[in-house]
Amino acid sequence: MGEQQDPSPNGIYSKPVSLNIEFSGGLEMLFSNQRSHHIQMPAKGPSKQPVNIGFLVRHLCENLMKDKRKDLFVLEDRIRPGILVLINDADWELEGEEEYLIQDGDTILFVSTLHGG
Amino acid sequence: METSLEAENKVLKKRISELEAQLAGHSDRPLVTSQKSHPPPNIVSKGEVKLSLEEYKRYGRQMILPEIGIEGQMSLKQSRVLIVGAGGLGCPAAAYLAGAGVGTLGIIDHDTVENSNLHRQIIHSTSRVGMMKVVSAVTYLRDLNPHPNYVPHIEPLTTENSLRIMAEYDLVLDCTDHPAIRYLINDVAVIMGVPIVSASALRTDGQLVVLNNPPGVGPCYRCIWPRPPPAESVVGCGEGGILGPVVGLMGVMQAIEAIKIITKNPVRDIGRTEMTLFAAYGASPFRSLKMRGRKEGCVSCGSPERAEKITRESIEDGRMDYVAFCGGRVGVQVLHEGERVSVAEYQEVVDSGVDHLLLDVRDETQFGICQLAGSLNIPYAEFEALKYEDSEAEEIKSKFRDQPKDRPVYVICRLGNDSQIVARQLKEAGVFPDDRVFDIKGGIVEWARSGVAGEFPEY
Repeated sequence: MGEQQDPSPNGIYSKPVSLNIEFSGGLEMLFSNQRSHHIQMPAKGPSKQPVNIGFLVRHLCENLMKDKRKDLFVLEDRIRPGILVLINDADWELEGEEEYLIQDGDTILFVSTLHGG
Repeated sequence: METSLEAENKVLKKRISELEAQLAGHSDRPLVTSQKSHPPPNIVSKGEVKLSLEEYKRYGRQMILPEIGIEGQMSLKQSRVLIVGAGGLGCPAAAYLAGAGVGTLGIIDHDTVENSNLHRQIIHSTSRVGMMKVVSAVTYLRDLNPHPNYVPHIEPLTTENSLRIMAEYDLVLDCTDHPAIRYLINDVAVIMGVPIVSASALRTDGQLVVLNNPPGVGPCYRCIWPRPPPAESVVGCGEGGILGPVVGLMGVMQAIEAIKIITKNPVRDIGRTEMTLFAAYGASPFRSLKMRGRKEGCVSCGSPERAEKITRESIEDGRMDYVAFCGGRVGVQVLHEGERVSVAEYQEVVDSGVDHLLLDVRDETQFGICQLAGSLNIPYAEFEALKYEDSEAEEIKSKFRDQPKDRPVYVICRLGNDSQIVARQLKEAGVFPDDRVFDIKGGIVEWARSGVAGEFPEY
């Protein structure tokens, strides 16, 4: 995967990654009614580990999600049942779920499953 | 007005029982009186299918496609497809599959046609409001194509009947509207070795996925959704709204997938499952997602050694409680009886001229459709957002800064759930005297239905 450059000496915010974050199936209502967001996020976490999806989800909760109903997105620190996570249009289970290491330019899609018919 | 409606109701009810009787008697004969224009359906003998001359012509435009051909047409005629749910998805799916010449088309539903269905459930009609949906559907389908054998199942799909019913079919279309029944369809289809074409829709979005295809190879519903969503996150079309053509499109796409499975052409990558997302208002409306494969540890389609594996027995003897698994139906009950008034009691308040505040907590769109005179609109979402704030009480108080505090408050919403929650919040925030905040039971819908104030739109 994309080669990481040398970590800069002054820590975690030196090399942000650009990501496309998308929401579908009603989840966009929790994110300012906007289906697509371009965000920048540090490429390394507080202990200099590369950031994964688990980190991204916490980041979204803290920074992107203005809605207070966090439990409609995250339950017990995990993505709530009924929400699918797609990494570049592939089921996150094919990519290692929360452990997947975020790459610059990734598109991460969160889909709330619909039941109506 | 009243009497003509009553008369029409009577006529329709009579017609329903006539039709139901006809259906029970001979399900392979046209219900409608216009039989003359069509030849009688072919008799399908075991293992051998023949097309009549009329059918060659009828199906010609699809038969000349290399993807279908005469073999595909014969496969369609031999196929037995079950459609679960004759609603927004089931209607268009049924119409296209009947039109395409599926041999046996079963439809199961226990609802009746309502006029609020007609913007999307296109095979029902205004003249058939009140009729069982299955009867209405078969009436339409027989007129469209008299050849298929239509099998009406006027009952809900349950743990008791699902194995027996699904045993008669090779393919099932999940056109239902609740996760509990989606899990049931999945488990039974896996046991029966039947592929599932599953779709759903809400508001302006739709989703489509083919499951258990081929049986035992592709992932099932539980592989992708092992845990049900929290009950409070499940929104139906009645509550969230639905754009007719969106759900129609998803139903049409189910018919396409069904035809592809039946005609086995083109051959798909075995076991590779894709989910199609449709967002009518999205930047790119169609999106195809690559989904996970079958899971060895799945309780439905996984390894049979698992202790908690779902079996024919565990479904039939009622050990599987699908409604409980999905958290049951949510009905809000956060106020005691003395804190609630009926629509009739509220009408008395209005009639008596008592000065009061009527707080309508529906969203702006719904409030714009119809509202009671003199009501103040503050959407539920604004109250909900404050629940997580330390300053909840203060912020709620500030919303009512300009309101006199010495008069009773009545809270109304669409169905009487949100209004209870807001009434509770108002009480806890101490905005008004605690014993003078009431919720109006059943909301705007009950207000309209009861007719306490004459004609009022129900939506």
